[in-house]
Amino acid sequence: MIFHHLILRVVTKLLVGTIILFALYVQFHGDFSPGGGFQAGVIMAVAFILYGIVFSLEAAKKVFPEWLVHKLSALGVLIYAGTGIVTMILGYDFLDYDAFSPLHPTHGQHWGLLIIEFGVGVTVTGVMVAIYYAFAGRPPCISDEEW
Amino acid sequence: MANIAHVAEHTARDLIDHLPLLQVLVPFCTAPVIVLFGSRRFAWPLAFISSVISLVISVMLMMIVREGGYISYTLGGWAPPLGIEYRIDATNAFVLMLISTIGTLVLPFAYTSIKNEIRNRDHTLLYACWMLCFTGLLGMVATGDAFNVFVFLEISSLSTYVLVAQGASKDRRALTAAYDYLIMGTIGATFFVIGLGMLYMATGTLNLADLADRIANQGANRTVRSGFAFVIVGMGLKVAIFPLHLWLPKAYTFAPSAVTVFLSATATKAALYVVMRFVFSVYNPDFSFAKNTLEIIFLPLAIIAMFSASFVAVFQVNMKKMLAYSSIAQVGYMLLGIAILNEAGLTASLLHMFNHGFAKALLFMGAGVLVLKTGGSFYLQISGMGRKMPITSGAIVIGGLSLIGVPGTAGFLSKWLLVQAALERSADNSLFLVVALSIVLSSLLAVVYVWRIFEVLFLREADVLIPSSEAPIMMLIPMWILAGSCVWFGFSTDLLYDVANQAALNLLEGSMGMSGSILNLGMN
Repeated sequence: MIFHHLILRVVTKLLVGTIILFALYVQFHGDFSPGGGFQAGVIMAVAFILYGIVFSLEAAKKVFPEWLVHKLSALGVLIYAGTGIVTMILGYDFLDYDAFSPLHPTHGQHWGLLIIEFGVGVTVTGVMVAIYYAFAGRPPCISDEEW
Repeated sequence: MANIAHVAEHTARDLIDHLPLLQVLVPFCTAPVIVLFGSRRFAWPLAFISSVISLVISVMLMMIVREGGYISYTLGGWAPPLGIEYRIDATNAFVLMLISTIGTLVLPFAYTSIKNEIRNRDHTLLYACWMLCFTGLLGMVATGDAFNVFVFLEISSLSTYVLVAQGASKDRRALTAAYDYLIMGTIGATFFVIGLGMLYMATGTLNLADLADRIANQGANRTVRSGFAFVIVGMGLKVAIFPLHLWLPKAYTFAPSAVTVFLSATATKAALYVVMRFVFSVYNPDFSFAKNTLEIIFLPLAIIAMFSASFVAVFQVNMKKMLAYSSIAQVGYMLLGIAILNEAGLTASLLHMFNHGFAKALLFMGAGVLVLKTGGSFYLQISGMGRKMPITSGAIVIGGLSLIGVPGTAGFLSKWLLVQAALERSADNSLFLVVALSIVLSSLLAVVYVWRIFEVLFLREADVLIPSSEAPIMMLIPMWILAGSCVWFGFSTDLLYDVANQAALNLLEGSMGMSGSILNLGMN
């Protein structure tokens, strides 16, 4: 247990939830205001990275284990590509979102974008956290036998 | 009501319509699926199945476009030139077939080789990277959109760096090799995208066919010319054109054997295809600067590469490194075919792409087997292995002969065509007689470095401690398929020649085959 940096820890605990909420806002409100999957993913990852910096890497890995990070990075890509595959199965071109609502193509485009942006968000979160884990988890110095 | 009309317009696509996309999509989706399964047991079968599927697709595409014309596939229903388009004609179908054939043949070989050379826990992610690299190479070739080329180039490059670095579990120098490649490759990709930026500025479009049209209509200006320079230098780094080849020997030497096999036969070829596309389709040799680049820069560099890289290869003591230098020399031949600037030259260049891909994949597989058996590819380690594993070494011999261009092997055909192409041009420019002569002379250097392998394998005494046993059957089958096709295509020349010739004609036609006809994929 860490006993110093009391202010940082309290502020972090307050902030993490807000950051995640803001990430979700940027994610799902992206078509009406600036934002979208990439930005949302980065913001979401920031919540975990901040938690990791203040409460140690181990604590962050307990919340968001490494295997889950890797799976999420892959899952997002699959959500994106899967959307395209669904439109193909519906008889349209790859990623032609009209397929979701042939009578109201605008709605179809809207839904399609929402889904693929979600995929982008999931992957970006995963990759950002994975990069942080990889750098933060490096062994502090190179042992003699490594040379 | 307008919406209803829209519905009536739409005709449902079927599987055949999606072929150009599926070519890229199948391996692309396999990568995340492998990661999601996260099991070593599933990784290889999944990768292999998707490679076979993409091989089948590429053959189907080839069947459709081999008589000329092109297939256009629009992504997201946005019509080109605004939307992204995949455009398949005989030229890229030919390269797609090469890449997917090699991809499929290397995987059975890779199974044992990777098990031997790489830690178990890395296998799953390695196959995922492999699939991404495969996707990137296929995508670079299949797409008809300039920026999309860049995106796929990055997908394939980034995964390639990871694949090369995997060699670190055997030799730490793989890390510096991968790092060198990363720096050089990133500079190349940056140059390429700067070039695209200039083209976009000058023309306002990114669709390759549209670019070609607009450049042809508005003529050249300084922006268009510098765009050309950036694109060619950027891609040239990836092709390993002579002075830009420094990353190649290290990367091929220290990468895991299976990765080297895959990269040597596909990566430089896909990049070379992009160079061809830009030189002949987007720009065209009617522009004096494009013609000058080919004759004043490409031609001498190609000849220097043929001699200097072959010369360096002669003095190598490591089989993998020797083969890597030989690759640089062979890229020289392909470049020469482009620079000769006639139909025969271009056909020879495309054919050589194919033949060299096969022969080099075979030789690197041989090196991989020797690494598996002896622990390294230095001549000292592998000496005398020819007598201990005759079946494997037999395949290596065939690959070596095809690399030299001995009559009766596929390599002869492409070199012969290259000489013919040079002689054709010598009618109006006697300098091309020298070019033809240099092709023959540099092939003699190939005889020397290939002979050195034969001498090491067959004439030296073997280490008594190494048991005499053949390579596993999973490795022998792809090797002998490649060896067989090296001989087969050496005798039955028509099949490959016709396809390569059609591909060359397509390129020379210019403008992304705009004058060709759209082929309707649907059966109805």
